Amino acid sequence: MEYKDYYQILGLERDADQAEIKRAYRKLARKYHPDVSKEHEAEDRFKEVGEAYEVLKDPEKRAAYDQLGAGYQSGQEFRPPPNWDQGFEFHGGGYTEADPEAFSDFFENLFGRGGGFRHYGHTGGARHRFHAEGENTYARIAIDLEDSYRGGKRQITLKHSVLGADGRPEIKERKLNVKIPRGVTEGQQIRLAGQGEPGLGDGKPGDLYLEISFNPHRLYSVEGKTVYLKLPLAPWEAALGAKVQAPTPDGPVNLTIPPNSRDGSKLRLKGRGIPAKEPGDLYVVLDVVAPPADSEPQKEAYRQFSEAFEFDPRSGLGG
Amino acid sequence: MAAKKPEEITGAILDEESELTLGELCRACGMPAEQIIALVEEGIIEPRGARTRWRFSGICVRRVRKVYTLKRDLGVNVAGAALAIELLEEIERLQARLARLESGRD
Repeated sequence: MEYKDYYQILGLERDADQAEIKRAYRKLARKYHPDVSKEHEAEDRFKEVGEAYEVLKDPEKRAAYDQLGAGYQSGQEFRPPPNWDQGFEFHGGGYTEADPEAFSDFFENLFGRGGGFRHYGHTGGARHRFHAEGENTYARIAIDLEDSYRGGKRQITLKHSVLGADGRPEIKERKLNVKIPRGVTEGQQIRLAGQGEPGLGDGKPGDLYLEISFNPHRLYSVEGKTVYLKLPLAPWEAALGAKVQAPTPDGPVNLTIPPNSRDGSKLRLKGRGIPAKEPGDLYVVLDVVAPPADSEPQKEAYRQFSEAFEFDPRSGLGG
Repeated sequence: MAAKKPEEITGAILDEESELTLGELCRACGMPAEQIIALVEEGIIEPRGARTRWRFSGICVRRVRKVYTLKRDLGVNVAGAALAIELLEEIERLQARLARLESGRD
């Protein structure tokens, strides 16, 4: 078991007062809350911060923890000294609503599974505890845009708590093969009936909710059901009009570029966005790219350009 | 324990068009009806239909869950959570736009 330096986790000195502890916790909790933060390891950081606060905000637990001494490094192998908590009495009231299953081995060895059974029975409201419906569980998965166009399969690994033989919840990993339904968009959830926590007694299992996000795509960007493709064009293609082939998540399409198309203008391909019940549109955003003039004939071509046009790109700047 | 071949399961999308009753939404979110009603009164979720026959769209599940976790974890009240959610959704929209405008410009 690894020692955890709860003061370091909250960025505090060991003599911090309770008000400082609360302030540090609140700040970090806002920063790393998984619904707020986009940082990759936000969820782990958030749990760690919550665990540190669970101990330090409670004067009884804090005093016991302090007694272990300051001589350990975070992550160092640690065994609590025998009878380390002698003379300390922990009262049940000191636990927050933080999810106790998220706490580390270190925490559990010192303080037990605080409020461990809060987890059961509160979904079902007044239902009898021993026939409680299982909890719903919630997770996030990242899929590719193409999965939403075609429907896809994803194997996901879930950490799942089950009631062990000793009557205490234990964490098990569970692999699920999930079919991604066609037309799902970012931020939507898919519900997998009966794949949440198992029920107690005759209770039905809960459902699993997966919140969808899209992996960044090399070609496309997505807003809701609308998909955007940036299509590079040569200046003469934009000016004279052209027939070009453009990729779409459904496969390539032939596009007619009208003459005098401007950089940044959009062509709408109706219904070629995400294939929801009411499909989104695909916008092709024109990106006019001028080639560099390297060889002498190329430079000559640009000179002819400038002679043929009375064009002042800065005429709108005034002055 | 022998490794079992994982079964293949298909999910249902919860989107704007799916309709949940108050009871179904309570079950989906693991929350009592009074708390859901409080969120309706705050304007965080807007059911269709008369009060006795409310129908909630599928995206309500996500919003209700967020209010719940923000309240629990950050100590904000319902109004504060509502504000946070609206700002977070605005940020999501802006980030999607930003990603689009910045794409291919590297």
